[in-house]
Amino acid sequence: MATDDVWILGIHMTKFGKHPEQDTVDLAAEAAMAALADGGVSMRDMGVLAAGNLMGGPGAIGQQLQKQVGQTGIPVYNVANACATGATALRTAVMALKAGECDLGMAVGVEKLAGAGLLAGANRRADNDERWTPRGRFGAVAPTDGRIGTETMPGVFAQIGMEYGHRYGGTSFELFARISEKNHAHSTLNPLAAYSKRFTLEEIMGDVMIAYPNTRPMCSANCDGAAAAVVVTGRKLRTLDPDQRRRAVKISASVLTTDPWEEACQVLPNVNTLTRNAAHQAYEAAGVVPEDLDLVELHDCFATAELVHYDNLMLCAQGEAVPFFESGATWRDGTTPVNVSGGLQSKGHPIAATGIANIWEICHHLRGEAGDRQIPDAKVGLAHVIGLGSACGVHILEKAA
Amino acid sequence: MSEQVPLVDYLVLGDDPHLVAQECARCGARFFDRRNACAGCGGPEFSGVRVATEGEVRAFTIVSLAAPRIPVPFVASVVDCDGTSVRANVVNVEPSPEHVRLGMKVRLVTVPVGTDGGGTEAIGFGFEPVDTSNGAREEG
Repeated sequence: MATDDVWILGIHMTKFGKHPEQDTVDLAAEAAMAALADGGVSMRDMGVLAAGNLMGGPGAIGQQLQKQVGQTGIPVYNVANACATGATALRTAVMALKAGECDLGMAVGVEKLAGAGLLAGANRRADNDERWTPRGRFGAVAPTDGRIGTETMPGVFAQIGMEYGHRYGGTSFELFARISEKNHAHSTLNPLAAYSKRFTLEEIMGDVMIAYPNTRPMCSANCDGAAAAVVVTGRKLRTLDPDQRRRAVKISASVLTTDPWEEACQVLPNVNTLTRNAAHQAYEAAGVVPEDLDLVELHDCFATAELVHYDNLMLCAQGEAVPFFESGATWRDGTTPVNVSGGLQSKGHPIAATGIANIWEICHHLRGEAGDRQIPDAKVGLAHVIGLGSACGVHILEKAA
Repeated sequence: MSEQVPLVDYLVLGDDPHLVAQECARCGARFFDRRNACAGCGGPEFSGVRVATEGEVRAFTIVSLAAPRIPVPFVASVVDCDGTSVRANVVNVEPSPEHVRLGMKVRLVTVPVGTDGGGTEAIGFGFEPVDTSNGAREEG
């Protein structure tokens, strides 16, 4: 029998940062075991597992995790959706529950990226051929990254922010740096962040330039980490203990979109329309409006990206992202706190873990367990991720009544 | 004179260098490589069309950290060529925020990539400012 309501029963994120002693499976297992313990259930209770890991090489992470913590024979879905992989895993588990296939499931995302350096497109061929030979879809005789624009992530997202400035005005190097200043300031309250150092605006603007206007601290930090969530149907939740019910967080909306065709979208990824589409669907499904949100964790893979998503998630009027930020709204004491975890620029961005770690952050506040960085009386939150290519995940979460 | 090959097959060399896109016969959507059906409307038929060689910079970044053998810094951009967006570097301009402007007018030029062991030269493309004296007006 299908169920309409699905809840987070248990959730965990590991410390983000460097974990040289733990491999991908160890990290996934740490997150999974802690999420199960947080929910008061065991691997034997799970009816479905969805798992994601992008950079770990061959081998299916879901089955590897089962071999580490419990091979119960349940269906496993290994998912991949670039930086939206974690959100996709969660959505996959939610869909299985909504379809009535089971009452409990788990989603896990894990990545080991510490020291990975610059992430770019797939164009890795050396250009020392003895004879120019056309290869690939464009008949290219040499790598195109760097010769025909850039495929590096800092450069792609820099252009996305600059394009917003071209359309609406008001952007500058300093404005983007001030967004990063906010997130690094927020990170000082997050003990699980990879970097929790506050930077002055001058330090951010004076740091190493990666792709103008993004300097190094304005880029997401490659690091190791994992996150896992246990989901439960409302029907099953009603049979559990009062304490499990009290700490459960309702998934009021779970949405995944891809980018619809528009002119230019295959030249520079359009991260705007699919985010706006996902937000529309999520607000409608949850029956909330942006003004209801007590906090937002959005995909600030670069400082230039955060700005456009204020607009795409409709936290402000269209074209008003700059004055919205300048009003102080997105600082933790503002009207719509954004990335109080420190965001990907300081918390870190272990790719496949990110889309569950941002859900963990929201849940932490809705449960009133966020300690020093607790947003007072938080009842509704939104978590957003973008995977280039593109996929967008938006989840709206609500505190148990 | 040595033989030349284009860096990519959608660059046409010769006296009048230009780019060629595959245009959907039904809706006019343009692509720089092959499609089985149009991503916009589903139409199955395409024909090669010439892309305008002048345009304006719609977005740019100045890349300081890039793949090996790519000289940095360089200006990566998206150029709006009369309604067709093109990914390209902005060349023949100082790679600094003071010299590159959103909305600046640019035109296509060819750029040498290198010569292989057989003496064949690969030629790429970029866009250079139309008005090289003082750049263009700032719109951003």
